[in-house]
Amino acid sequence: MQGATVATYDFIFNGLGLREWCGESVRSGPMTMADLLARGAAPAEPQTGFDWGALWSLPFPSLDELHKACAEIPRSRDLTRSLEAGFLNVRESLRFVLDPMTQPLSWALENALHVAVNTPWWLMLMALLVVVWLAGRSAALVGLVAAVMGFLLFVDHYVFAMQTLSIIFVCAFLCVVMGVPVGIAMSRSNRFQRLMIPVLDMLQTLPTFVYLIPLIFLFSVTEPKLYGIAIILYAIVPVIRLTDLGIRLVDKEVIEAAEAFGMTRHQKLIRVQIPLALPNIMAGVNQTIMMSLAMVVIASLVSAPGLGVLVLRGIRNLELGVGLMAGLGIVLLAVILDRVTKAALARVNAAASVARH
Amino acid sequence: MMDRQVSIAIRHLYKIFGANPVRALEHVRAGTGKDALMAQHRHVLGLRDINIDMRAGDITVVMGLSGSGKSTLIRHVNRLIEPTAGEILVNGENILEFGETRLRELRRKQMSMVFQHFALLPHRTVLDNIGLARSVRGERRADFERDALHWLARVGLGGQEGQYPHQLSGGMQQRVGIARALTSNAPIMLMDEAFSALDPLIRTDMQDLLLELQTELQKTIIFISHDLDEALKLADHLVILKDGSVVQQGEPQEILLKPNDPYIVDFISDINRARVLRVRSVMDRAPETIPQVAGTVDVDATLESVIALSGGDTALSYAVRNRDTTVGYLNMQSLVRALVPTQAPRHGNRKQEKAQPAASGPAA
Repeated sequence: MQGATVATYDFIFNGLGLREWCGESVRSGPMTMADLLARGAAPAEPQTGFDWGALWSLPFPSLDELHKACAEIPRSRDLTRSLEAGFLNVRESLRFVLDPMTQPLSWALENALHVAVNTPWWLMLMALLVVVWLAGRSAALVGLVAAVMGFLLFVDHYVFAMQTLSIIFVCAFLCVVMGVPVGIAMSRSNRFQRLMIPVLDMLQTLPTFVYLIPLIFLFSVTEPKLYGIAIILYAIVPVIRLTDLGIRLVDKEVIEAAEAFGMTRHQKLIRVQIPLALPNIMAGVNQTIMMSLAMVVIASLVSAPGLGVLVLRGIRNLELGVGLMAGLGIVLLAVILDRVTKAALARVNAAASVARH
Repeated sequence: MMDRQVSIAIRHLYKIFGANPVRALEHVRAGTGKDALMAQHRHVLGLRDINIDMRAGDITVVMGLSGSGKSTLIRHVNRLIEPTAGEILVNGENILEFGETRLRELRRKQMSMVFQHFALLPHRTVLDNIGLARSVRGERRADFERDALHWLARVGLGGQEGQYPHQLSGGMQQRVGIARALTSNAPIMLMDEAFSALDPLIRTDMQDLLLELQTELQKTIIFISHDLDEALKLADHLVILKDGSVVQQGEPQEILLKPNDPYIVDFISDINRARVLRVRSVMDRAPETIPQVAGTVDVDATLESVIALSGGDTALSYAVRNRDTTVGYLNMQSLVRALVPTQAPRHGNRKQEKAQPAASGPAA
C-alpha cells in the first residue's frame, strides 16, 4: 500500500539527488490520522495529460507532506514532541534556578492565606475598613466595602473571598514592587523599551492557560507559587506599561527645571519623575489588581484556593447555584477593589497634577 | 558700562540638529543657509556662529521670532543642550569641557533659570518650590526657609508659602518661579520667555519687578523674548537673532537709531519710538552755540516725557543733566527727527522682505 502511494513532493528529493539520504520511505513512528485516512481511500488511477484535479488538491509542502516523500524529514508532531522533550531536558536546571528564587512567593502566599483565614472575621473586617479609609478617605466607600463584606459573611462565602483577596494582595504587591523599576528602566532607555514592548505584548496576549502548562511541569501543583507566578506574569504588564508611559509624559519643562537646578538622575527620579508620574502609575496598579482578580479565578485550575474553586465546582458538577453565587462574589470583590483603587488614584490626582499652567 | 567684566562669553557657537551634525557643520561653514541645509541635507540649523559677550550685572536680551534659535541658545548656557561646535566661557572657563560633576556644581551654584510655563513642581508647596535649588544642594528646609520667605515676600507673595502652585494664578506662579531663581543665590539668571505666557498688564508688572530687583541685585541676566517692547525695556545689551544667526547686537538705543538690516527695520517699525528712545541717545553733547534752555531734563528720560514737558513746542531746547552735571543739550527739533522711522517706505520694505527672503538673509 505505502509503496504504491506516490507522494506529491517526491520530485524535490529525486531532483536534488537526496533519495539515498532519505532511505526507504519506511515509517518508524506511529501513523498520523492522515495516514490512516489515506489507507482507507482507493489508490489513485494513473492519469495522462495535465491533471487539474491534482492541482486543485495540491497540498502545501508542510512537514507532514515532505515526510511522505522523505522519511528523514520530521513530521510536525515530532516538532511538538521535541519541544516537549527540550523543555523536559532543561526542566531540572530551570527548576534548580527558579525554585529557590520563587520560594519566597510560596511563603508569602501561604502566610497571607493563613492570616486571612485564621484571623477572626471581625478583626479582619475592621482592618480592611481602616485600609479602605486610608486609601480613599471616603465614608461612602467604607460603607460600600462593609456592605459587600457583610453580604459575603452572611452567605458563608467569606473564607473563599478572603482567600481570593489575600492572593490578589500578595500578587499585586509583588507586581508593583517588580513592575515599577522595570517601567522606570524602560522610560530611561529607548532600547530597553523596544526590547520590552514585544515581551509585554506577548505576556498580555498569550492565552492564560498557556502560562499554566509549562508552570505545571516546573513546579508541583501543590505549591502556591505555581499560581502565584501565573498571576504575576499576567498582571504585571499594566503597571510596567503605565510607569513607563507616566514617566515619559512628565512635563518636559519641569524636567528641564530639575536639570537646570543641578539635580542628579536619582534626585530627578525621586523628586520629580515618580511623583508626577504617580497618577499613571496608580492607574497601572488599578489595572494590575483587576487583572490579578481575573487570573485568580483561572488559577484555581492549578489549586489556587478562593472563589474560583467554587466556580470550578459549578462547572465540573453542573452546580448552577454554586457557580452563580461564587460569580456574584467575584463581581462584588471586583467592584470594591476597583472603587478603592480609583478613590486612591483620585486623591493622588488631586494632589499631583491639577492644571499645570 | 565698559568697566564691567564679561561674565559669559559665547564664541563661534554652532548647533545643528539631525543625524550627522558634524558633517552638516561643514556645509554650514561653507555658507549653506538654513533652508538649503534642510532641503539638501535634512538637518536643522539651530545656531550659526554666535558670538556674544554678556557682562556681569547686565541684562542681555536675546530677541527673535519663533524658530530663530533663541530658546536653543539659552539652553546652551547651562548645557541643557550640547552645541555642535564653539565655546561657552563662564568667568573665563569653557564650560563645555566640564565633566558631569563640575557641570552640576555650575548649575547648582552659578546659574538659576526661569521658564516660560513656570515649571514648578505641582506636588510641592510654594515654599518647597522656592527652596528647590537649595534643597537640591542638600540643604535642609530650616536652612533655606528664611531666605525663601524673604524672596517670596520680595516678589509680592508674602504669606502664600503653604499654597500649591495650581492654587495660584499664572502671574503669581511666575513670581514663585522668580523667587525660586533668586533663592538659589546664583549670580547668573537665565530667563526663557519668562513673561511671554502672562497677560499684558501682568507682564508689565513683572518687567517692573525684574528691573527693580535688578537695580538692587546686579545679577547677570540672560533674557529671551519675542516681544520687542519688552526687549527694549529690559535690555542693557540687545541681541537680535534670525534663523539662528545674530543679525545685530548692541545697546538697544543704538539698534533703534541705526538698524543695519531690513529685518530689524521691519521689526522696529511698529514700536513707539518716543517711549523707548532716551534723551542720552539724541542729545547734542557739544553744541556749537549753547542754546537758550527752557529747563532741564534727565539724561535717561524718555523722549515721550520730554514731549510732555514741552507741551509739543518744537522751538524749545533743554539742558540735559546727569545727576548734577550738565552733559549736553537737547533740541526739540532733533528730538522730532529721531522719531522719524529709520527707512521711510517701511511697508515697501516689508514687502521686499517677503518677496526676496534670500536677499535679506544673514549670509550677507
